[in-house]
Amino acid sequence: MLNKSGLSLLGLWLLLASINATAAIDVYQFSNDSDRVRFHQLTGELRCPKCQNQNIADSNAPIAQDLRTKIQAMLTEKKTDAEIIDYMIDRYGDFVLYQPRVDRRTWLLWFGPAALLILGIIVVVLISRRNASKNTADKLAVNTLDTQQQKQIESLLNDTGNHSS
Amino acid sequence: MPRLFLFIPLALFVVLGAFLWKGLSLDPNAMPSALIGKPFPSFKLPSVEQPDRILTNADFAGKPVLVNVWATWCPSCRQEHSDLLAIAAQHKLDIIGLDYKDERPAATTWLNDLGNPYLFTIFDEQGLLGLDLGVFGAPETYLVDAQGIVRFRHVGTITPDVWDKVQELANVK
Repeated sequence: MLNKSGLSLLGLWLLLASINATAAIDVYQFSNDSDRVRFHQLTGELRCPKCQNQNIADSNAPIAQDLRTKIQAMLTEKKTDAEIIDYMIDRYGDFVLYQPRVDRRTWLLWFGPAALLILGIIVVVLISRRNASKNTADKLAVNTLDTQQQKQIESLLNDTGNHSS
Repeated sequence: MPRLFLFIPLALFVVLGAFLWKGLSLDPNAMPSALIGKPFPSFKLPSVEQPDRILTNADFAGKPVLVNVWATWCPSCRQEHSDLLAIAAQHKLDIIGLDYKDERPAATTWLNDLGNPYLFTIFDEQGLLGLDLGVFGAPETYLVDAQGIVRFRHVGTITPDVWDKVQELANVK
């Protein structure tokens, strides 16, 4: 349904959108590739303090730019990932972690889903067991009734047999 | 008994609803400072008013002070400024300015034109002290006690409520 002007508008929009998408990328120099990989990993999993739901890598906020520069500087100083993450937590708290640490306050977060899953499995097992035992009980009930009827039938048959003889 | 089990989904819904309802009234911008109860970061920076004067933590040791982070590029700081002047006029707490990622001429003009509520103003041109403080936007205000420990942090302009709380915490009400 797109006419020519619509197509060119779409093209223009795509062009502008792509400019926007690359705006957050600054040039950071690294002496080796592993530093570059760590830089992308760290900025990817640290949350920008100013902008709620963006990581440091994606955000255009001045504070995110500062933190990217800081992380790059710390990588150049041969700081470990743990040191860099601790540096951020010391200043901005656990808020900056997209991967929350495992401690007493985050147990529910980390283990809650697994606990719910186990609880669910237990419930399902209990229900299916109960149903299964009910079914066998029903079958047994049918069988006993059948044998009783069988005996009745037999005795009836025998009775008639006696009478006839 | 099995009849009571039928109410489990309703109970779960009520509990979930209560949490979500509470979530509606939470401020997503409220962020606890990681610095509460810890010493104010050490610094060595020039003053805005006197470029030759080097300020350090020793300059406000021994008494509780408010540290107010501001900048001339920050519109809310302009809005907050008259309130800071009013607070300074009460002479209950000294206010230390922290001019964050700013330019000195603009900052000097600001203080001359709007009035100066600060005992002195630290000139943090690179934002290094701001980074150590965990500043993520101006204005921000910190209460630092006589031992140099950060007791309170407020992000955003100072409101009468916040000032009340600060006075209580600093015992100057």
